[in-house]
Amino acid sequence: MSLLWAILTALLAVGLLAIVFGAILGFASVRFKVEGDPLVEQIDELLPQTQCGQCGYPGCKPYAQAIADGDDINKCPPGGDATIKRLADLMGVEATSLDAAHGVEDIKKVAFIREDECIGCTKCIQACPVDAILGAAKQMHTVISDECTGCDLCVDPCPVDCIDMIPTQATPSSWRWNIDTIPVRQVS
Amino acid sequence: MNYKLASSPHQHVRRNTGQVMRMVIYALIPGILLQTWFFGFGVLVQITLAILTAVITEASILELRKRDFERAIKDYSAILTAILLAISIPPFAPWWVVVIGTFFAIAIVKQLYGGLGFNVFNPAMAAYVMLLVSFPVQMTQWMPAQSLTTHQPGIVDAIYAVFTGFSADGFSLMQLQSAVDGHTMATPLDAIKTGLAQGLTYEEGLQSAIFDGSLGIGWWWVSLGYLLGGLYLIRAKIINWHIPGGMIAAMAVCAGIMFLVDGDRFASPLFHLFNGSLILGAFFIATDPVSASTTNKGRVIFGAAIGFWVYIIRTWGGYPDAIAFAVLIMNMAVPLIDYYTRPRTYGHQKTNKGVPK
Amino acid sequence: MSRVLTPSFDDIIKNIEQNKLWDFPGGVFPAQQKELSNNLSIENMSLPERLYIPLKQHIGVEGQLIVNLGDHVLKGQALTRSANPFAVPVHAPTSGTILNIGPHISAHPSALPEQTLVIEPDKLDKWIALSPLQDYQSLPKVAVLEAICNAGVSGMGGAGFPTHIKASPKKDVEFVIINGVECEPYITADDRLMREHAWQIRQGIDVLCHLLSPKQIYIAIEDNKPEAIEAMRVACQQSEHYKVVPIATKYPAGGEKQLIQVMTNREVPKQGLPIDVGVIMHNVGTCYAIADAVFSGKPLIQRVVTVTGQAVQTPKNLWALIGAPVSHLLDLAGYVADKQAQKHIIMGGPMMGFTLASDQVPVVKITNCLLLPTKDEIAEPEAEQPCIRCSACADACPVSLLPQQLFWHSKAKELDKAQDYNLFDCIECGACAYVCPSEIPLVHYYRVAKADIRLEQEEKQKSDKARERFESRAGRLVREQEARDEKHRKAAEARKEAMQNKGGDAQDKIAAALARAKAKKAQQAELTSGEETSLHDTNQTTSEQTSGTSKDDKVAAAIARAKAKKAQKADSDQLGTNTPAASEIASPAAPDENQLAKNDSPGQSKDQRVAAAIARAKAKKAEQSAHVSTTESSTPANLQHSVHLESAAPTSAGRSSVPALSKDQRVAAAIAKAKAKKDQQQVEAHNDEKNTLQVDAPTNNELNEVHSVKPVSKDERVAAAIAKAKAKKAQKLAADETIKASESLTATLSREQADPESDSGQEQAASANQADDIATKKENVSVDTLDPTAQKKARIAVAVAKAKAKAKKLAQQNANTARTDNIDALPASEPSELSSNEDSNNLPSSEAEQALDEKKRRIAAAVAKAKAKKAAQMKSSEE
Repeated sequence: MSLLWAILTALLAVGLLAIVFGAILGFASVRFKVEGDPLVEQIDELLPQTQCGQCGYPGCKPYAQAIADGDDINKCPPGGDATIKRLADLMGVEATSLDAAHGVEDIKKVAFIREDECIGCTKCIQACPVDAILGAAKQMHTVISDECTGCDLCVDPCPVDCIDMIPTQATPSSWRWNIDTIPVRQVS
Repeated sequence: MNYKLASSPHQHVRRNTGQVMRMVIYALIPGILLQTWFFGFGVLVQITLAILTAVITEASILELRKRDFERAIKDYSAILTAILLAISIPPFAPWWVVVIGTFFAIAIVKQLYGGLGFNVFNPAMAAYVMLLVSFPVQMTQWMPAQSLTTHQPGIVDAIYAVFTGFSADGFSLMQLQSAVDGHTMATPLDAIKTGLAQGLTYEEGLQSAIFDGSLGIGWWWVSLGYLLGGLYLIRAKIINWHIPGGMIAAMAVCAGIMFLVDGDRFASPLFHLFNGSLILGAFFIATDPVSASTTNKGRVIFGAAIGFWVYIIRTWGGYPDAIAFAVLIMNMAVPLIDYYTRPRTYGHQKTNKGVPK
Repeated sequence: MSRVLTPSFDDIIKNIEQNKLWDFPGGVFPAQQKELSNNLSIENMSLPERLYIPLKQHIGVEGQLIVNLGDHVLKGQALTRSANPFAVPVHAPTSGTILNIGPHISAHPSALPEQTLVIEPDKLDKWIALSPLQDYQSLPKVAVLEAICNAGVSGMGGAGFPTHIKASPKKDVEFVIINGVECEPYITADDRLMREHAWQIRQGIDVLCHLLSPKQIYIAIEDNKPEAIEAMRVACQQSEHYKVVPIATKYPAGGEKQLIQVMTNREVPKQGLPIDVGVIMHNVGTCYAIADAVFSGKPLIQRVVTVTGQAVQTPKNLWALIGAPVSHLLDLAGYVADKQAQKHIIMGGPMMGFTLASDQVPVVKITNCLLLPTKDEIAEPEAEQPCIRCSACADACPVSLLPQQLFWHSKAKELDKAQDYNLFDCIECGACAYVCPSEIPLVHYYRVAKADIRLEQEEKQKSDKARERFESRAGRLVREQEARDEKHRKAAEARKEAMQNKGGDAQDKIAAALARAKAKKAQQAELTSGEETSLHDTNQTTSEQTSGTSKDDKVAAAIARAKAKKAQKADSDQLGTNTPAASEIASPAAPDENQLAKNDSPGQSKDQRVAAAIARAKAKKAEQSAHVSTTESSTPANLQHSVHLESAAPTSAGRSSVPALSKDQRVAAAIAKAKAKKDQQQVEAHNDEKNTLQVDAPTNNELNEVHSVKPVSKDERVAAAIAKAKAKKAQKLAADETIKASESLTATLSREQADPESDSGQEQAASANQADDIATKKENVSVDTLDPTAQKKARIAVAVAKAKAKAKKLAQQNANTARTDNIDALPASEPSELSSNEDSNNLPSSEAEQALDEKKRRIAAAVAKAKAKKAAQMKSSEE
């Protein structure tokens, strides 16, 4: 009898505790709810916004959505390893190396239209994901290099192949103090 | 011919790590000489052994790590570590004690952590603690000052004693240790600690022969020798006053308060300052740059905390002296101290103390 | 926002009266080595073979080049100018010929080439007419500032901040501190200048006093220069507010922030300026240059440069011409390269100077020293050893940083942690690396980290912008889609109606065919992208309206028609019904255009018309897109343009203001003015677009005024366009907020899409922007190439093109006015006036481009291209 009583008390006590703590946790989850950035926004923040589609998605936002839904984080060549590392930090997963199937990390480039050859077809304007190409039909087009993300998407549509991807030039203000690589002039 | 390109500043003060370490070693010389004078040539034997072990260990490990060991040897940091360890252990301790200790200090405490500059703990002190815990008997065989002993071992005796445990004349260490009156002699700190534990007052404790009416024959002078060297270091701007200052002040304050509270049961501040290795610790051990705090405010806190711990352990702990323990404890606290004692940068209202992301 | 500054002004005065100063933490005491050159008086320099004058030698933006290759310039002649307040001009240091304009190795640690003018001296050294200011105290401050700016004076102590900006602060000035500290070892340029030209420096200080009206002036000189202190004391003894204060020799006491701390114990707040603590600091060299500019009208074309170090035989203090290559100075001082282990030239001092990669680097306005140390003086840096955490660096840091922590984080690329340790408060004085026993190049690590952080931030900004643009584009596409759907619906209705009315006369048949064609085209448009569609749609609608074909243009029309037919045929495997429509499209279009062309340029010969017809028909199609009267078809075009306007709007106003200003030669002084004007014009431009038809006289005048500025000759116009484009770029940089404002403006405009006037305005802006951008892109280099070719082509090839462009514009305008005129019954003169406005607004360069386009088209088989295009279009529509 007393044994039964002991078991009952124990069960009751544990049950009561469970209810109490459950209530506390439930209250806390409501009271201290964290209103964070939605994950997609946070991922999108980290992506380089070239909108190049090399990941297989039509832009950075869709890829961000895909990552949030569980896609791999190593599909962004323009972002390279730095972006993968940040994404890994954010998502709490292992940083893997860039998936070569989606391209390789390249130096930064911007599009340049060889204007003599441009026929004014507007194909590139339609292809540009960030509206960085100016021009109207039958008018020469040109790239606003400050706005160009170097996504490459305008190169293929061009019927006369007049678009080049030109590596961006280092300027004294963007110089990274890589003193060893200064092209030292030979002095006789 | 190409032009040489370099980043400014182009001018450098001509004082590299090796020079800094060498100057510290020079500053140790008066103390070492006095220690040798009072406690025999064993000190020199130990130092030689330690330096040899340190250099060989450092060179072989750097070789294993495929680093340029020649330069590393030239920075004198291993030698300094060896000397500090050697002067901390009893002069007639068996040779393998110092060899193991030095090897431990260089190989484990320093190189395994990444070499000079990366060790968290002070190598000499970590090795000392290891030895003290592992070989308590050998590590406590301190000699009384030579003027008190029956036998005055010469350099040959010292070498024999270190390597065989017996002097050239066949006296055992125990015999060497025994005083004129036939009693085994302990260090002053030991003597006082034992005396106080036996219910003697501080004054009565001081009646023991080793004190000879002062604060301990030999120890007092050795401390003065190290003090001299330490002041030289401060003057030469090798070390800042902050750590020794903080340490000595904290010790003096703690001891002073307790001495005022009960002069019978607690030793005087002067006794604490000039016995044991407090002065050596304050100027040469706690100031080891690698494992000490790096901000000025932090250094004062670091030094004071060491002084405080030394007093606590000496007075209530199980060991007569405690520099090594105190230093190790505070080594662990250094990152915390550094983080919270960042100086206010020019133009800022207050320091950044936010938790770094 | 008024902060209580501590210590107070009175406390500071009292303290300094008692000959007490404050101190800054840290600091080091490098060997001075000034005795090598501090007893040598400043010598004049012989003329070098060539002078290399970088266009930008200060912090800010570079001016526009106002001389051409091959021009002969006089000593002191301005080579650049700019309306931007952060630009100061550069001047010819001697008379001679401009040999080259192009990239040349820069006086920057990176040695990256920068745009540089090369002058070959004619050895005559002939001055341009100088215009010193008479009695500057009676002149308005603006005039004095303008003189200082026009003389190209920028800070000569190191940073090169434009002096006129520093001399026109917005806050009250308590102290002006003249910095004669010169704390770097070796350098004696300021020392000698003070010893020899104390009076002129004082005159410069007088001018600064006039401009700044400070309560107190201190001239701070390190106590290792007793002669300079004495000289300045003598020069300043009559002025009671001037006090020469010797300060303790300690590096870097000459740093602006450190000197302020020493003198006033105030700290410049982070990211703040000295004026935030009531202090303005100028270098003694700058004071000298100010006096030169004001009292003799001489621009800044030379400065004192110390050439020193034990690797030169005779150290010298030289009056070096700006632009003189370093090699020339080294020759004068007798540089013995053999005394160095490796050739090693330091520009600046041993603590903060940088090494040169070539001796062809020119002396610039901030060059104060050339140091050529032997290997005994400055030893080869040994390999970096591990940090032993000795904190000697922290003890030396004058801004109380923890260099060691910064080093760990910089090295590990933990950039945010480095910033947490206030990396950007580092003044790169080099004290930490100087004392480091492990010989770690600490400052170098910080520089790399700073550059990385800046780049990262820049990239972040750029990606944010890209995101914004991507999203706005996505939004636009959605809107376009909706607009198209709406159009389809209406077109279907129209067709239905037409079908119901069937059985009428031939006219109805045509109408029905057109409606069909339109519907078909619309469907096609659905597949192709927005603007393409809009163009075609537009064309169709237009042709629908103007279907009254005139006979005499059939020759021209036939070709176009045939071509259009051909093209349409390609499409016909999708839908066969459009063939009749195609001819309808082409034929009305051509005559319509011809009519207009005739109106405008009656002298156009017939064969020209025939030749140009093919191209024209095509071009017209595009051009007409904007002046379609049906709102539905104009909407997509609007949307398209509104996007372009986003970038165009902020600049169009700025563009109009710039030439006006530069024409007047009213240089930078009027920042606020320019801004105000810009804003005003923006509003006015906006109003303009809305109000032209109400004959808003003032607004029109405004426009006319702007346009009348345009020089008559074509090349000048091209140049002006480029200049404008550049100015635009600068404006863009300078005024973020303007962009924002204009964006909201864009929004307004977008909302007014239905308004035909804003429609044309937008198109105008878009095309202007296009031209602008073309010009911007070509920048200086291509200026030279663009200029002659464009000019030539434009002249030889096409009056046709010109006339045509005008005709198009006019047509457009006519269409616009025609629509609105229904209400206003506008006078006949109005549209032509407007069109002339628009014509000139349609920037010359764009005209030139059009000319190029025209010619190209004619020469290189236009038909083939059109076919290629059609094919491509077809392909994409199939997709």
